[in-house]
Amino acid sequence: MPELHFPWLESAIVTPLLGAIIAYFIRDGLKARMCAIMVATLTFAFAIGEFIDFSLLASFEAHDHWDLVTFFFNQDIFVIDELSAPLLPLATVVYLVAILATLRTKIQRFSFPLTLLSESILIATFSCRASWVLVALLSLATVPPWLELRARNRCTRVFTLHMGLFILLLSLGYGLLHFRSSPKEPALLAGALLTAATLLRSGIVPVHCWMTDLFEKASFGTAILFVTPLTGAFAVMRLVLPVAPDWALHWIALLSLVTAIYASGMALVQSEARRFFCYLFLSNASLVLVGLELVTPIGLTGALCVWLSVGLSLTGFGLTLRSIESRIGRVSLTDYHGLYDQMPSMAGFFLLTGLAAIGFPGTIGFIAIELLVEGAVEVYPQVGSAVVIAAALNGIAILHAYFRIFTGRRPSTHTSLTARWPERVSVLLLTLLIVGGGIAPQSSVASRYHAAVELRRHRENFSEVEPGTSEHAEKETHEAHQSGTAE
Amino acid sequence: MNVESLLYVLGITTVVSPLALLACMGLSSLFGIKLSESVVSKLTQITIATALVPAVAILILMLATDSRFVSVDVGDWVSIPQQHFHFHLKFIFDRLSVPFLLLSLVLCGVVGAFTRRYLHREQGYNRFFLLYSLFLAGMVLSAVAGTIETLFFGWEMVGLSSALLVAYFHERESPVKNGQRVWSVYRLADAAFLIGALTMHHLTGEGDFASFVGSEPWPGGTAQLSSTNALIVGLLLLLAASGKSALVPFSGWLPRAMEGPTPSSAVFYGSLSVHLGAYLLLRVSPVLEASPLLQWIVVFVGAVSAIAGSVMSRVQSDVKSSLAYASLSQVGIIVVEIGLGYYYLALVHIVGHACMRTLQLLRAPTLLSDYHAMENAIGGRWSREPSKFAMWLPKDLQLWAYRFGFERGYMDAVLDNWIVRPFVAAFRWADRQERRWTDWLSTEPSRESDKTELHPESFAEPLPQGIKQHASQA
Repeated sequence: MPELHFPWLESAIVTPLLGAIIAYFIRDGLKARMCAIMVATLTFAFAIGEFIDFSLLASFEAHDHWDLVTFFFNQDIFVIDELSAPLLPLATVVYLVAILATLRTKIQRFSFPLTLLSESILIATFSCRASWVLVALLSLATVPPWLELRARNRCTRVFTLHMGLFILLLSLGYGLLHFRSSPKEPALLAGALLTAATLLRSGIVPVHCWMTDLFEKASFGTAILFVTPLTGAFAVMRLVLPVAPDWALHWIALLSLVTAIYASGMALVQSEARRFFCYLFLSNASLVLVGLELVTPIGLTGALCVWLSVGLSLTGFGLTLRSIESRIGRVSLTDYHGLYDQMPSMAGFFLLTGLAAIGFPGTIGFIAIELLVEGAVEVYPQVGSAVVIAAALNGIAILHAYFRIFTGRRPSTHTSLTARWPERVSVLLLTLLIVGGGIAPQSSVASRYHAAVELRRHRENFSEVEPGTSEHAEKETHEAHQSGTAE
Repeated sequence: MNVESLLYVLGITTVVSPLALLACMGLSSLFGIKLSESVVSKLTQITIATALVPAVAILILMLATDSRFVSVDVGDWVSIPQQHFHFHLKFIFDRLSVPFLLLSLVLCGVVGAFTRRYLHREQGYNRFFLLYSLFLAGMVLSAVAGTIETLFFGWEMVGLSSALLVAYFHERESPVKNGQRVWSVYRLADAAFLIGALTMHHLTGEGDFASFVGSEPWPGGTAQLSSTNALIVGLLLLLAASGKSALVPFSGWLPRAMEGPTPSSAVFYGSLSVHLGAYLLLRVSPVLEASPLLQWIVVFVGAVSAIAGSVMSRVQSDVKSSLAYASLSQVGIIVVEIGLGYYYLALVHIVGHACMRTLQLLRAPTLLSDYHAMENAIGGRWSREPSKFAMWLPKDLQLWAYRFGFERGYMDAVLDNWIVRPFVAAFRWADRQERRWTDWLSTEPSRESDKTELHPESFAEPLPQGIKQHASQA
């Protein structure tokens, strides 16, 4: 397997882990935040280094230079491939901006050690292929939010029941898959259990209530960081896609489509900003699943592109809401708050990120949604249009929230609500990525297409397929690489 | 430099200028740099000039070289060759796009100049011009789009800027609610457009107009679709056009859109935006011709809109609403002309109507003042003869027509009662069931959001000590 030029992955995993330990012993909240910012920046730098290094290798997968894990355990555990390569910078930038945009008022409520620990687990998860380590990491990722809920003296029953079930189904499913007598043996039950687990983690209707409950009870930052990297979709990609038969995937796609529409409708009737964000996110995240389970090259490419756009844009959107909440408390959507004059740049950013999530022209989501819709229409000519309807409803919901928060009579407060410099830096960084990705989308689309083709090839290699199907996938891979080289 | 290269450079300049203005305005807003009114005004004038001069030059060159079709092919913006997926950027200059482009630039230029004084020292001056630049870029892109995806790109930009401009006076609740309504109708129209565009893409394999309406210059060309496919795609595009041009049954948003500042009402709803739906139908006219049934549906929708607009405009109590419905009746007639195949007539009608309506809307505020002055001079109300045609109608019909016009055709009420309320009721019911479920799982009330204060921002200010004590005792 090709090797990176530096242990980027291990560095990106270990740095936040060490940072979490250091932050735990720092009593002063401001110093802990500064420590977390430095650690998150360093981790982001490692992730960027990994991405550039991997891109220069022009390989489908690679592992670290001086790979200590391989040295000790004698197997490749942390491996980067075309699917996960951009997810690492995405995850680290999400954590960086979330930590950067944490105001003093939230320092006591937002745990930096747990956040850094979550970041470390997430990066390790994204660097993992299907294995028991991945199952363990996916399970472990549920612990920091649970600890926070406990620390805040909130009821954890809803979260515990759902995540407990997730861990159980995941372990059983992977166990059945792993201990089959022969790789040729059908993995129907294992696939069903893994599918149920990943759908639960992704918040597909009707097992989505843990997500709204988390947004109700955890700190907003923790809830955003737990859901926006789309770990559930990653689990689908690694664990379900290779084993599930086509018909099962198409049913899951339909279920995801129903979730997308249901959640967009629910977003429209919410009277509080956190719940609104939760449903908006759920609707967009379900669209990613729709694309993933179409298993056509265009649909998969669309899903992988929407993944990046949703990750970036809805993190920005959520952080804007969090910034507002940090200043005025929980935001009701039943009346107009008139905050535009006090925070015009935040208003603009709110609109930009919201519109990027629904695929507005000129943003990173535009081509992504186009590809996804094209893929959906190709597979289900009649029902595929539902993706467009979900996006339309989300668009209405976003402007509804914008009007409720930023328009209306200016409030009587004289307290400054303007954005602080760390928030401005976060906003500019995300804006750059959202608009930059919208203006020049070809490279990311090409890279996601290669990844989609590889995903199909892995799926077809794994399952028993008709002769010729794999050849077709091989041909697609070859062509995709050729086009990549030409570019 | 040969003529082709010259046309290419001119075409690119026309398209890039409004985008550069949008970038300028957007970046200054993002970085919190407040541009002065004169700078904004100058930037707008320069943009209009740098877009209009090349557009006129293209027209002159086309006339001089007797060319009816100029294509400026930028290439693939995004492509996946293996899957035959292309997002092609191509701009076309023909007998349809050039008049519409010139009309857009001239009217935007006029309105830009008018706004400089109209919104002088207004707090939202820069916000207006940011949205104006978004609108201008959207209109130019829509006018010269050579592929359906590019047209959609511009179409969406026009939609967003229009909705936000309706809500321009955002301290008041009413404009904001109207902006939301406009946006909601636009989103549904956009959804229909996107589905129509993708269906067309799916059927022909390309998004290029030439691939599904033939390579002959407009209005020639034959649709490469069967009659049934043309009907399906055409109905979706007609729905999109109806939303954008406020045709029946979406006419309710048009008078509501007049809550925006007068310049935006003039340019968006009186002249340009309201014609964009008709422009779309003109652009895909060969698709309409492929299905006679579709043509008759277009004629029907146009005729109903024209009659409804005419009735409603007569009973409005304010000048802008009256003009809005008068616009609707003209747009309805334009759509009838398109349905009947009189494309040149429709194009001329669009240009004439847009210019006249812009003038009327810009003149409206001062006209009222003039009327007041005249009535003061003559010492009483201006007497009006009742309509002779109306006198021939039965009394009951007169009353019904009055009521129909006054209630704005009951269109908002129908949409609210039959679509919005059942939708909201269904999802509120689902929300209640979710609450019961999480309460049951938690064995306690699970929603902290219920305790959210309605206006926490009003208490963000630290209260004086005495008041704080009093509040805590209370």
